[in-house]
Amino acid sequence: MSNNYLIKPMSMALEMLGRISSSEHVNRWKLREPALKLVYQGMRQSVRVGKYVQSRYFAPKSLNHDETLKKKIPPKTDRFDLTLTREQQMVRDALLKFARQVMRPISRDADNGEMSSDFFNQVNELGLAISGVPEAIKGVGTIRSPVSNMLMAEDLSYGDMSLAIASLAPLGFVNTITEFGSREQQARYLPPFTEDTFFPASIALMEPEARFNANRLHTQAVPTNAGFRLNGIKCMVPLGTQSELMIVFADLANHGPRGFILERQYPGITIENEKNMGLSAAGLSHVVLTDVEVPDTALLGEQEVHYSHQRMIDLARIGICGCASGTCQAVLDFVIKYANERIAFGEPISNRQAVAFMIADMAIELESMRMLTYRAASRAEQGLPFHREAYLAQLMCAQRAMQIGTDGVQILGGHGFVCEYPVELWYRQLRAVGILEGTFVV
Amino acid sequence: MIHLEIPKKLRQVGDMAHAVAEGMFRPISRKYDQFEHAYPEELDMLRSILQGMADGGTGMGADGLSQKKKGKTKEIKNGNNMAVVLNMMEICWGDSGLALTIPGQGLGNAAIAAVATPEQKKRFDGKWAAMAITEPDAGSDSAAIKTTAILDGDEWLLNGEKIFVTCGERADLVVIWATLDQSLGRAAIKSFVVEKGTSGMKVTHLEKKLGIRASDTATIILDNCRIPRNNILGSESIDTKKSFAGVMQTFDNTRPVVAAMSVGVAKAALDLTCELLNREGLSFQYEGHRFEIPAIEAEIYRMEADLEAARLLMFKAAWMADNGKPNSKEASMAKAKAGRVGNEITLRCVELCSSLGYSENHLLEKWARDSKIFDIFEGTQQIQQLVIARRLLKKRSKDLK
Repeated sequence: MSNNYLIKPMSMALEMLGRISSSEHVNRWKLREPALKLVYQGMRQSVRVGKYVQSRYFAPKSLNHDETLKKKIPPKTDRFDLTLTREQQMVRDALLKFARQVMRPISRDADNGEMSSDFFNQVNELGLAISGVPEAIKGVGTIRSPVSNMLMAEDLSYGDMSLAIASLAPLGFVNTITEFGSREQQARYLPPFTEDTFFPASIALMEPEARFNANRLHTQAVPTNAGFRLNGIKCMVPLGTQSELMIVFADLANHGPRGFILERQYPGITIENEKNMGLSAAGLSHVVLTDVEVPDTALLGEQEVHYSHQRMIDLARIGICGCASGTCQAVLDFVIKYANERIAFGEPISNRQAVAFMIADMAIELESMRMLTYRAASRAEQGLPFHREAYLAQLMCAQRAMQIGTDGVQILGGHGFVCEYPVELWYRQLRAVGILEGTFVV
Repeated sequence: MIHLEIPKKLRQVGDMAHAVAEGMFRPISRKYDQFEHAYPEELDMLRSILQGMADGGTGMGADGLSQKKKGKTKEIKNGNNMAVVLNMMEICWGDSGLALTIPGQGLGNAAIAAVATPEQKKRFDGKWAAMAITEPDAGSDSAAIKTTAILDGDEWLLNGEKIFVTCGERADLVVIWATLDQSLGRAAIKSFVVEKGTSGMKVTHLEKKLGIRASDTATIILDNCRIPRNNILGSESIDTKKSFAGVMQTFDNTRPVVAAMSVGVAKAALDLTCELLNREGLSFQYEGHRFEIPAIEAEIYRMEADLEAARLLMFKAAWMADNGKPNSKEASMAKAKAGRVGNEITLRCVELCSSLGYSENHLLEKWARDSKIFDIFEGTQQIQQLVIARRLLKKRSKDLK
């Protein structure tokens, strides 16, 4: 294992060498020798020298201390409470309406890869990303609210989890920056999210291997004189091919996993759309980093805040748990209607306990998922420790969301298996709940 | 604002109950499991302590349960329903059999608190009331009960047989469910208060049970038992639309309490299991990928997640009752989830701890026996699923049987 770990960057370089030396393009233009020489030199000098790269983003001045989002919000009273704030309820109503009227009708087409370009403009009008940007840079955010973010994931996923993940990816980026970024980084990278057009951005945490472990990354960041050099492969990155900005997590020698802000134009980034079991509208992509040079200001959590990788992972787990609850609610509502309308043996199938009890269990387990998720989110918002709660929520959601998905198909029988109904689509999406990490930081 | 922590004021109540559970219940837990039917005298002292607590507004018992009418203020309440489930959870962490036989805290007390007139409340104040519903041929199907009540002048004449009456022998009062006219079905079912010692009411048998042995479970025969006319709870008239629903509504308040019992016992089993595993060098830090940790550790987390879900569903149902929100579905969800995971967890803990789990040297085997009842009484798992399914699917009982 550890061997593989060390050899990987080296073997990647060698693999590239092989590819270059066999490239027709290189041979035809008699570039073979110089190209090989270049790669050789690159390898020899890898640790010491870095290229200076220019950021496209400009911050007139860094945020003042009191201009960032408020964190650790204590509740007004310490009473147990399940009511949403007035603002959360308003957002919920609006997003559920959007989920029903805009997302659900295009869900199937989106899964087939037919997306109207207009969708993201509509998303932008919802003001998701801007809700996380501090007011000082023309955003509308005042507090860091994991609860509100989690609720957005739930409500949008009620429409379609795939589209929800794509829609929320920029907000996940914004949240990660406001959570861990310096005031300078916030001032530099957040303004585009307040514009009139949808600004795609995302987080790249996962890597293509069985037994992926978010705490054990193979993507490497090596310090150079000008910043860092990144090598590795990321996967399941939402909106990958579109993203203008990306936070890539890589193992930084002696520091463990850290986040780096990448701008799309940095040389060495190759992005390829993935084909997966589901979630195709989320634009999940492979991101290959080959000697990507980033300035030292790209590193997250160096200045005012201490970066906690576990905290980032836990916040994202709450996000995916929110998505799971929303999609499971869609499944539940759908099968209730179906079971009441579908006649067999002269009466609705919902008159049978075998069917009705399955539906009751789906509702019980969905409520269980929701309770664990809400508790984790509310503890995160209040600044209480929430690692245990997020861990348990993910555990519950990973298992029960899929159960609800498979039971949903089961209740529809053969109709559940065909694409005429949405349950097979939800089934494919819910399989990802136990897999996705870092997808949406709440 | 979403906040799923227990407020400080209630935590203090829970801490007190936990201390009682640890200091009074645990030491005698095994004793009354072994000497079934022996009266736990140690609990008489608890009666006065509890009375003090109840007077101080932190009721522990079922008599504190009721659906709060929506108040004028919009302020969120954490009231009696939450206090009761919290207390019950903590007490049952100590011993659930003993919790069921705390003097003055019977299920009948809940019924009296819910529907009695002020005059009746005064008359029955401070008395311990059991609840007699089940009959040999009517269990979950409580609408099929055959015990009859006939008005004879100024008295009711009761006849029939009741089984599985918790505290049937020990309580001062028994609330009997009987029908005024069996041909009218559920609407004709009323509850009647019979005082201990009334001639015609006899305890004929005490059950030997799988668990909760500290609590007596009696068979009661009513043979021309005469009680005063004003011992009926609720109205004498038969309203085919309302009555039964009214009777069943008591369950909306008591089901979260049974959920609390199940959660308490499961928590006890999980706590002890972690402690025993700790001694053998295992610790639980929620670290590591969920597929790369030892199977036994993964199993503990899985159980913990289920227990946490049951606990939160229980508090949600109680919170809804405290804030005047109809909670029939949520009360059943809490009971269904807590009943099944409580049983599953206690049984699994026995298995995980191997011979230690199975041995009477520890309480794990006892908890695994005790926990089974929580998935049965106050409506079995399947009855809860029926209640939930009917609500979700908007079905009447004649369509979804």
